Amino acid sequence: MSKSISELEEIARKCRVEIVKMVYRSQAGHPGGSLSEIDLLAALYATRLRVRPDEPKWGDRDRFILSKGHASPGMYSILAEMGFISHEDLKSYRVLGGVCQGHVDMKWCPGVDFSAGSLGMGLSFGMGCATAARLDKSDRRAFVMIGDGEMQEGSVWEAAMAAAHHELGNLKVILDRNRIQNDDFCEVQMRMFDIPAKWKAFGWNVKEIDGHNMTEIMEGLDFLEAPENSNGPSILIAHTIKGAGISYMENNPSFHGAAPNDEQFHQAMIELGEVEA
Amino acid sequence: MTRMAATRDGYGQALLDLGSNEKVVVLEADLGKSTKSLHFRKAYPDRTISCGIGEQNMLLVAAGMAASGYIPFASTFAIFTERAFEQMRNGVARPNLAVHLCGSHGGTHTGTDGSSAQSIEDLAIFRTLPNVVVMHPCDDVSTRILTIQLPELGKPSYMRTARNKTPVLYDGREDEIKIGKGIILKEGNDVAIIACGVLVSESLKAAEALEAEGIHATVVDMHTLKPIDGELIDKISAQCGALVTAEDHNVIGGLGSAVAEHIVGNTFAPLEIVGVPDRFGESGQADEMLEVMQISAHYIALAAKKAISRK
Repeated sequence: MSKSISELEEIARKCRVEIVKMVYRSQAGHPGGSLSEIDLLAALYATRLRVRPDEPKWGDRDRFILSKGHASPGMYSILAEMGFISHEDLKSYRVLGGVCQGHVDMKWCPGVDFSAGSLGMGLSFGMGCATAARLDKSDRRAFVMIGDGEMQEGSVWEAAMAAAHHELGNLKVILDRNRIQNDDFCEVQMRMFDIPAKWKAFGWNVKEIDGHNMTEIMEGLDFLEAPENSNGPSILIAHTIKGAGISYMENNPSFHGAAPNDEQFHQAMIELGEVEA
Repeated sequence: MTRMAATRDGYGQALLDLGSNEKVVVLEADLGKSTKSLHFRKAYPDRTISCGIGEQNMLLVAAGMAASGYIPFASTFAIFTERAFEQMRNGVARPNLAVHLCGSHGGTHTGTDGSSAQSIEDLAIFRTLPNVVVMHPCDDVSTRILTIQLPELGKPSYMRTARNKTPVLYDGREDEIKIGKGIILKEGNDVAIIACGVLVSESLKAAEALEAEGIHATVVDMHTLKPIDGELIDKISAQCGALVTAEDHNVIGGLGSAVAEHIVGNTFAPLEIVGVPDRFGESGQADEMLEVMQISAHYIALAAKKAISRK
């Protein structure tokens, strides 16, 4: 599963194109958080996750849980890139009967391990997967991606406390710290103060990276796979930009859950190198 | 002398019985001593997961384990299962993961802790969730047997148990108990009383009192509220022509509602619903609560006469 930095960057670029297309086609959805997470998802799927796209229910696979389940275009785009679903399937995003439900759904889409969409649930579910892996004496891991706004849900901290108590070294969290939530910037909605200190205080291994720098992402994933305290759960705090890669979406709370219009779509395709200006 | 026992003890015994299945795991939220999962913990500590006082997390850890091939049994007080309702809805019922949730100390019968601990809405809320089987057995034997049947179910469930002892009805009758099938405990042709949980024995007492007045009542233990045994309801509606339901639960949304929902589209009969009259409880002994809430044998018998008068 070795890939060069430039290969990973190209995978992420292709995924960005699909993300924007999905949201544009359905004129609904969540582009901002999909674009902030996608460099992380590309590296994770392409180089780390032990999964079998042709056997999505393989029992000993690593689990990946997108707790911020509304950022589904990001996940669908990488699932298509990996071959779990086809690129044609991406056209079913938010369409009646489509495998790409509005929020990721394990009953509808191959490669989805948890039906998310309600924030604050994925970490607990991942803890269950990690606990089961330990009982099975399996070396499979549970990776969970959470959002920063999501940390305002109290149940995240129930899970954080419980996972450290149970010394779940096989539980790996990536925090997409994009600083924007539905209504506004996180700092306006609910200040979260010292996030790394919070997780350290809960007994977790913690590392911070730039979530758009592929070299740093690879170092971050190295850390997740082999943290200092191997008996403890780990969190990679990835500093990201909401809407990353599309100029008018970047750091713009309006594009948490809004689709581009025709003109904006055309501009996005130019910025992503799909069409010439 | 009738043996007395608490349904929560039947649950604890069932978990122990299920322990030989290595896929069975138990999740606790600091109430194992109360819900009786403590016996399993003692015997199988490696397969018992303490979730601290965190019910929301517990439900989803259970979901993650169910999705990984385990058969999780999670328990806490009935009232606190409600705190994790949305976890049960979105993380368990929606993906149809076979997590078995038990809420002990349900109903006003729980007694002296008062209204904060007396769940009177649990059966209603869990009944609204697609895929979820909802049960409220009446004695320790049926609780044990129904719990033992859960791993075969392959879908999520909610079971309410009670804190205090009630008469044991099913010693030696284990074979009659099946999820989804109501049980006729007494037959009569004038009125049918359909009850669950602690009010099953109250209904038998009511039927006895009615008998003394020449009124012959059928009594059914409807331990499974969902899926409701419609076939049996049709049968006794046709046979008796008048129905009463009895439950230690709000009159809104529980057994009475389940029966009403069935009969309006099937074999119709006048129905009287005996239950907590849409109010919160208070501190009191279990038997005192039955009177205060107007759900004792006396009130069930009154409702039976009223139902008959509406024929």
